[in-house]
Amino acid sequence: MSSATKDNFKSFNIDLWKYDGQKGALIPLLQSAQDTYGYISEKAIDYISHVTGIASADIYGVVTFYAQFRTKPLGKYVVKVCNGTACHVNGAKMISDTIIDELNIDYEETSEDHNFSMLSVACVGCCSLAPVVVVNDETYGRLTAPKLRKILRQYKQRAKKEQQSSEGQA
Amino acid sequence: MKTVKVGLGTCGISAGGEKVYQAFQDELKEHPDAFVLKETGCIGMCYREVLVEVSNGSGTGYTYGEVTPDRVGRIVEDDLLGHQAIDEWIVGGDTEEGYFENQKRIVLRNCGVIDPGSIDEYIASGGYEALKKTLTEMTPEDVITEVETSGLRGRGGGGFPTGTKWKFTRGAKGDKKYIICNADEGDPGAFMDRSILEGDPSAVLEGMAIAGYAVGADEAYVYCRAEYPKAIARLRQAIAQAKKKGFLGDKIFGSDFSFNIKIKEGAGAFVCGEETALIHSIEGLRGMPRFRPPFPAQSGLWGKPTNINNVETFANVPWIILNGGSAYAAFGTENSKGTKVFAMAGKIRRSGLVEVPMGISINDIIFDICGGIIDDKRFKAVQMGGPSGGCIPAEMCDTKIDYQQINKTGAIMGSGGLVVMDETTCMVDVAKFFLTFTQSESCGKCTFCRIGTKRMLEILERICDGQGTMEDLANLEELSNQIIEASLCGLGQTAPNPVLTTLKYFRHEYEAHIKEKKCPAHVCPALLTYTINDDCTGCTVCAKACPTDAITGEKKELHVVHQDKCIKCGKCFTVCRFDAVVKD
Repeated sequence: MSSATKDNFKSFNIDLWKYDGQKGALIPLLQSAQDTYGYISEKAIDYISHVTGIASADIYGVVTFYAQFRTKPLGKYVVKVCNGTACHVNGAKMISDTIIDELNIDYEETSEDHNFSMLSVACVGCCSLAPVVVVNDETYGRLTAPKLRKILRQYKQRAKKEQQSSEGQA
Repeated sequence: MKTVKVGLGTCGISAGGEKVYQAFQDELKEHPDAFVLKETGCIGMCYREVLVEVSNGSGTGYTYGEVTPDRVGRIVEDDLLGHQAIDEWIVGGDTEEGYFENQKRIVLRNCGVIDPGSIDEYIASGGYEALKKTLTEMTPEDVITEVETSGLRGRGGGGFPTGTKWKFTRGAKGDKKYIICNADEGDPGAFMDRSILEGDPSAVLEGMAIAGYAVGADEAYVYCRAEYPKAIARLRQAIAQAKKKGFLGDKIFGSDFSFNIKIKEGAGAFVCGEETALIHSIEGLRGMPRFRPPFPAQSGLWGKPTNINNVETFANVPWIILNGGSAYAAFGTENSKGTKVFAMAGKIRRSGLVEVPMGISINDIIFDICGGIIDDKRFKAVQMGGPSGGCIPAEMCDTKIDYQQINKTGAIMGSGGLVVMDETTCMVDVAKFFLTFTQSESCGKCTFCRIGTKRMLEILERICDGQGTMEDLANLEELSNQIIEASLCGLGQTAPNPVLTTLKYFRHEYEAHIKEKKCPAHVCPALLTYTINDDCTGCTVCAKACPTDAITGEKKELHVVHQDKCIKCGKCFTVCRFDAVVKD
């Protein structure tokens, strides 16, 4: 990598990534990159390659292997549908159908206004509350289609309000 | 003064535990001398969350179930200030009959009892005594003998004898050795490792240190799922506190033994539960398994001898050292000693965590401990071992909890996920569910696992869509055997189990899908008929939602589904707010 590219990396905060040359640091580096930016950009891959000496292609291989890493940013509200066994037998399909219908996005998709993303997770570990949906950090359990619709509509309104107030400020 | 403990495991938090905790904190501001507020992990009764334990100075107490922030005011007013317990909210008595009596809690001894954030509480309950005993009174060989006597077997699913594993690593040549704790609990429907890490993280760390002494390792990793943020936070806290107290670090208890533990967060890959894949992941590579031998005991992390055990296995170790291997071996059967923790989920009344002595029957767990099936529906099957396991039909649930006995049914003990299914669960759909999971989690290294599972999944999808043929069933069996034969690691070798066991015990359900084009459990969408019943208010929402205009009806009048136009997308069912759309 040329020194010219190095200058482009100024916006990345290396301290945040706590790398001091130790072995096996690639995954923690990627995790902190994603924590900071919400996703792994091409630039982040190049930067990590530059710091660690691991080829960008190898890093991309690792990024795409693990479910945790994303190469695209997520929406403001991330709706995670639990697809663990308990949720599955208790109606996770009904949950995802409802979200698809209400938010117009499918798994791994983000709405056009960037307000919502829908993800599938394999068990959030509160099987006794199945079926479960997690919106950002808030967990909603024992859901029915009408209950979920109500929750999603509240988020829609919240997103709309937030948008209006930020536009107002601007 | 009374002590109030709020259960703040992930399940407790999901049920609103933090809000309850906050409500108690607010009350505490008004009545600062009324009580002491603490948090604790999961006691296992997830079905009654949020749980709040009230105890007096001498430690005796009782627990309130289903506490909401609204109820906190009355608990403070009546109980903590007025000293009048609110009987109708207390957990126990008839509703919980048999729940605790039939359990034997060794691994879960501290879960939901102590504050997992406080090492002092762990020490007060006998914590780090076992490590002290190990380092001051025992040789590494003594430790291994004790674990061998206990008969402890790997609780992650494999069931390999733990003492033997330690012996191999001890015997391996090398100047540097590692201990790894496998906390990559990826099996959907299993959450016991998470609860242990959240409720009693120090017990796992102590078990690891004892293992380190036994095999001659001075460095260790906990490889934990990133999806378990609370567990990771608890571990970090427990490691920091143990270092401060001198239980981890250099020259522990004045001996020559040094031991350090680091945490590695997994990045979401089920295959990383396999030990060689896990090692690759710690090394920063794609988590793909490799051929064994050499086993990790000879050449593991960075090529050094490495001993890998699962969370529950390590959590057993301090108890075994303190109470003796033979005390542990007193529980269980000839081949399966001690206890096992199960995560109970699905159509069961009391879902949550239970720990039982080996040798009791599956029926005992489901009916005596967990109160049977929700709504008294017909019990159909139990799924054990997650995606690697199988479905055991109700008729065979007098099978004992024992590695060999369970293997005989075609399922496996697995890590301890036990999902109970009733008459409303479609077994073909369950098989499809697990295969969807293993298919997407296959790392792609072995052709049969990568492509074979895909072909199997396509066949299952076809059957669920009503397009299957009887030949498909033979193909499923053939493909299954080939995948088992030609896959390198446990993921591929066991992926067909859910299909094989459902084919063996529930073949009639497959045949109903194929021959009669019916899903007996009314689950598979393509084989359903949607109708509207008298609860319809005529709100027109379903008619508007229907993409093919198959629903007609006047406003405020009963609507009708025209079957010739219906594409069975189920949209009407999800939009109806009055439960008026019925599927059959």
